[in-house]
Amino acid sequence: MYNKLPIALGAALAVGVAGFAGGAMAKVEGDTIVIGSSLSLTGKYSTNGFHTQKGYDFAVKRINDTGGVKVGGKSYKMKIVYYDDESTPSRASQLTERLVKQDGVEFMLGPYSTTMTKAVAPVTEKYGVPMVEAEGASRSLFTQGYKYMFAVLSTSEYYLAPVLDLIAKRSKDDGKSPSDLRIGMAFENDGFSLDVRAGVLDVAKKYNMKIVIDDKLPADLSDMSATLTKFKALKPDILLVSGHSKGAATAARQIEEMKINAPAIAITHCEAAKVHVKFPKSANGILCPTQWLTNLPNSEPLFGDAQRYDKEFKVAYPEYNTGIPYQTAQASAAVLVFKDAFERANSFDQDKVRDALSATDMDTFYGSVRFSEAGNNIAKPMFYRQIQADGSYKNIVSSKDMTMPRKVAY
Amino acid sequence: MLDNLQLLFVYAPVMNVQMILDGIFIGAVFALAAYGLALVWGVMNVKNLAQGDFVIMGGYLAFTANNMGFHPILALPLIAVLMYFYGVVVYKLVIRRVIDNDMFVSLLATFGLSLFMQQVMNLIYGPEVQTVDSHMHIMTMFDDFVTVPMVKVVSLVLAGAFASAIVIFMTKSRTGQAIRATAQDARAARVLGIDTDKVYMLTFALNSAICGIAGVLVSMIWVLQPFYGIVYSLRTFAIVTAAGLGNLPGVIGMSFILGWVEQYAGIIAGAEWQIAAAVFVLIGVLLWRQIQMRRLRQVVR
Repeated sequence: MYNKLPIALGAALAVGVAGFAGGAMAKVEGDTIVIGSSLSLTGKYSTNGFHTQKGYDFAVKRINDTGGVKVGGKSYKMKIVYYDDESTPSRASQLTERLVKQDGVEFMLGPYSTTMTKAVAPVTEKYGVPMVEAEGASRSLFTQGYKYMFAVLSTSEYYLAPVLDLIAKRSKDDGKSPSDLRIGMAFENDGFSLDVRAGVLDVAKKYNMKIVIDDKLPADLSDMSATLTKFKALKPDILLVSGHSKGAATAARQIEEMKINAPAIAITHCEAAKVHVKFPKSANGILCPTQWLTNLPNSEPLFGDAQRYDKEFKVAYPEYNTGIPYQTAQASAAVLVFKDAFERANSFDQDKVRDALSATDMDTFYGSVRFSEAGNNIAKPMFYRQIQADGSYKNIVSSKDMTMPRKVAY
Repeated sequence: MLDNLQLLFVYAPVMNVQMILDGIFIGAVFALAAYGLALVWGVMNVKNLAQGDFVIMGGYLAFTANNMGFHPILALPLIAVLMYFYGVVVYKLVIRRVIDNDMFVSLLATFGLSLFMQQVMNLIYGPEVQTVDSHMHIMTMFDDFVTVPMVKVVSLVLAGAFASAIVIFMTKSRTGQAIRATAQDARAARVLGIDTDKVYMLTFALNSAICGIAGVLVSMIWVLQPFYGIVYSLRTFAIVTAAGLGNLPGVIGMSFILGWVEQYAGIIAGAEWQIAAAVFVLIGVLLWRQIQMRRLRQVVR
């Protein structure tokens, strides 16, 4: 019985390969533009992988329903071919290779997360495939000299750095010098969080703030009590934490457990970790960075402004009634940028589309989009929201909107 | 590093109280999972790489119970029973087939089991981080400086109670004696009429139940994620290897030492060394053993 297994497996594999080979397609088939994307639909990034996919799909449907993409006087529909990269970088680059070489895809939308984008970008770059990505925020993606990759989101060094500007402004207004402020911070030891840290270091230096705790959390650490014990002893004014959802959940849990009373706390990914639901006590007053706010004034004809996008997306996907993650909004924005570039290039030539992308200067419900030489969006700032006692999020536009010191009773 | 030491021993010596307490609480939870591993390793010579995933599975069962409106501690006996039967099933399907093979087969099989459990938990619960709120009081000492969550105290008591129950079971009951006999010499035990297959099954199922209990405690103290098992596997392996098999006091002592080492390393050298410190302890113990045993080693090379 056992020795027949390899044969059966081999046969199954052969059938599978034949199936894929048969499905080969070209970049533009008839009146359809085919765009490829390798997304994390299973594995550890799958939640955000699905958020991204829905953002892409929603925008594609809207574009197709409202006349499509107009190139050379003809109207084209958009279609996305997805592959599941299983949240594994090596798989993502293999699949991208397959999308380009076998499926003949000539344009790509980005995967989810910095890690996956780092795996995909060298491949798209090698074949000169223009890619608009919406979910890879690490600064390190834009220092490689990539020519064909464009990102609609703000890069990682802006996740926590501007919060220090807000706090500095606020303490000046309150008659305190920003240089008296002391910072305690803990960042996960991965590319993304260390970029966030680099941004923080620059701003802290600008104001001459003193960093008294600077811990790096191992990726598999679910306990930051040592850092927080030190925090209690040194009593800095500001606590900064970045470690994806896991870091946010651990921080919120232990801030509550150890009754940390810092005047200002800022944590990335607190919304994704649902800290306002799980730890309402400690969440009170935490500042959360976000790529997108639902009350942004910017708009364009297809989706209108952020408020309209928010409303219409919830009608299309009622499971998002409690709130749309920014991951979804920026995915939709990436599709809009592609449409705009196709129309301005008035061609499907890869290099012409690339040049059009590079010259992008548009307003969307997600904010303005204008790319730097390196391909990152320099027209949109990072936004902040503060969690309120009732668990709602308040938009922080100026430093006066902030509750500082945070009012918390454990 | 120097300023951290200064902080610890000169400016805020009261920090030590917090860290020693935290070390004990952490150690107690590790001790449970580590003892289960020592049991399986010692009795069956199976190195269970899925140990941490059993812990996480117990945690997710507590999460489910909590969502259904039961307090995890009330659901604990039921979770232990469920995990026991899960252990029986895993034994019958997988472990039984690898027990008589060499070490690598059992390592591969349990590694496969670990991947399988991670993916199934990921499919059921999704990859988001989950937590369970115990709704218990948080005590404070030294003017709010030292905090002791009740849930950790309860965990310590529960871990202690289960550890003693297991010791009594192993020494007093006939089944416990059969398990120990099998661990000493499986062949002799078989000759004397002990059904070793059944003993193996019991041992593995018992380990699974112990992990389940540890998992319930983990869910209330830390966070759950389907891929988090490896952290617990790593720590339990370090504890058991350093303490030696079949040495319950050693396992418990080592768990506390590991808890303290992690805490102090986190403060003195920074959080990035916290888990690394656990591995350094293991290397240190192995080196020391090596030197200690050298005198006795007389094997012909």
